[in-house]
Amino acid sequence: MQQVFSIPKSIKKDSKYTFCPGCDHGIAIRLLCEVIDELGIQDKSICATSIGCSVFLYDFIDVDCIEAPHGRALAEATGVKRACPDKVVFTYQGDGDFASIGLAESMHAAFRGERVTALMLNNTTYGMTGGQHGPTTMMGQITTTSPTGRNRDYYGYPAKMAEQLALIDGCAYSARVALDSIPHINEAKNAIKKAFQVQLSGIGLGFVEILSTCPTNWKMTPEEAHVRVRTDMVKTFPLGVFKDLSEGGK
Amino acid sequence: MGKIVIDNSRCKSCYICTETCPKNLIKKSNKTNRLGDYMVEFEDSRGECIGCAMCAKRCPDMAITEVWR
Repeated sequence: MQQVFSIPKSIKKDSKYTFCPGCDHGIAIRLLCEVIDELGIQDKSICATSIGCSVFLYDFIDVDCIEAPHGRALAEATGVKRACPDKVVFTYQGDGDFASIGLAESMHAAFRGERVTALMLNNTTYGMTGGQHGPTTMMGQITTTSPTGRNRDYYGYPAKMAEQLALIDGCAYSARVALDSIPHINEAKNAIKKAFQVQLSGIGLGFVEILSTCPTNWKMTPEEAHVRVRTDMVKTFPLGVFKDLSEGGK
Repeated sequence: MGKIVIDNSRCKSCYICTETCPKNLIKKSNKTNRLGDYMVEFEDSRGECIGCAMCAKRCPDMAITEVWR
């Protein structure tokens, strides 16, 4: 028999995820590590980590990591990449870190066309602190700080980062993917790989927004949460590649 | 014919794998692991597993550590 699946080499040995049951962070980290293994960049990768559930990445990934103040991961990644241009630099952030607290740093890194990779997990809420209303909370979604649901008058509209970044000249690749099913997981891995390849070819910033679940704060079972991703979330956050300046891209 | 290896110390009983397996070969177990979670177990007495690895790809905790085909 032939082995067709194994734990990626760039996952720390004997590390066990500390995320809630059914949390998609685990799948996203595995895909990231598989891409790092396939591109052979483990020894020259540096990750700027964020604040939020995504911060636990450095407990599980066997690459060098630098901790950034809340939202400033892309600012730190800029400094690391400019000091060490031969390194592969990436960030792994949540939607609150990337699109709210760190919105200025995130957008300006794209304006400057930094040659780094940014991954943003969008679970429509602040997961670590108890499920508060965030920039990507969907219209009508009930959270602990929007008990009557998000409405236009009081909270405004959700931030759609993949579309926003696609409009910026310095952004070379922008895509939105999901982790709710096998086809979407396969597409997510391809998108993450492309976001690293545009950095390696020096074109510009590679960005992937990953739709993920937060079963604990959504008060759903893991499978119900995945159904919500494929029925509700994709209506607000359509999947697809919004910009691809790489060879053969659109 | 295929087979999978489950590391029950990683399993947090989200049961995504039981919904995913196209052959329904992964089932909830009555046993608990060190976290107190009801584990899952792989039963393939008739050699039905096709080694598609869908369970491993959807497991959020990498509790399915190996898939063979």
